[in-house]
Amino acid sequence: MTEESPNRAIHDIGGIARFRCTPVEHDEAPPDAFGKKVDAIRQLLAQKKMMTVDELRRGIESIPQDEYFALGYYERWLRSIAALMVEKGVIQQEDLA
Amino acid sequence: MSAAPDSPAPRFAAGAQVRVKDDWPETRGPCHIRTPYYVRGRLGRVVRPLGAFPNPEDLAFARPAPRRQLYHVLFEQPPIWNEGKAGDTVMVEIFEHWLEEA
Repeated sequence: MTEESPNRAIHDIGGIARFRCTPVEHDEAPPDAFGKKVDAIRQLLAQKKMMTVDELRRGIESIPQDEYFALGYYERWLRSIAALMVEKGVIQQEDLA
Repeated sequence: MSAAPDSPAPRFAAGAQVRVKDDWPETRGPCHIRTPYYVRGRLGRVVRPLGAFPNPEDLAFARPAPRRQLYHVLFEQPPIWNEGKAGDTVMVEIFEHWLEEA
C-alpha cells in the first residue's frame, strides 16, 4: 500500500493508519506564550523579507524524524526558523549552542 | 482567460482525465512538494482550473517562482486507502507540472 512508501516525506501523512482514529480536538487551542513569541519572530522576519512561510514549511519538513515527532508545533517552527537563519548566514550555528 | 506572460493558459480543461506523475523528488534531495504521496501515479479527473500561482517548490528555496496552473483534481477514494464505498471521492489541489494526459 502506498502508505508504506519509503519515499514519503515526514509531513505527508494523509490516511496513514497510525495517525488515524485519534480524537479530534474541537476546542480552539490558542498559542501559549512560547508559541506567540515564535510567531512574533516569524512575522518580524517576514516583514523584513528575511524568510517566507514557504521556506518555513520546507524547514519544518526537513527536520529529522525522531526530532520531528518529539517537538511541539511551535518548537518545529522555531527549529526551522533557526536553521533558515543559519542557512542564510544571518546567525552562526555556534550562536544556537 | 487571457494569458499573461507569467500566467500560462490552463493545459487541461474541466473533465480532462489526467494521471499524477509517479515522481519522488524526496529521493533526490531537499525539496518542498505539495502533491500528496497517495495520489502519485493515480488517475484522476480535472474538476476545474483554479488559476496560476507561484510554484511553492521554488518559493520554499527563495528562488524565482514562475506561476503554474493549479487544478482541483478528483480521485476515486476506495483504491487510495482501501476504504470507502463506490462513488466516494477525494479532491486534491495539484499543480499542472505534476499532471499528464491520460
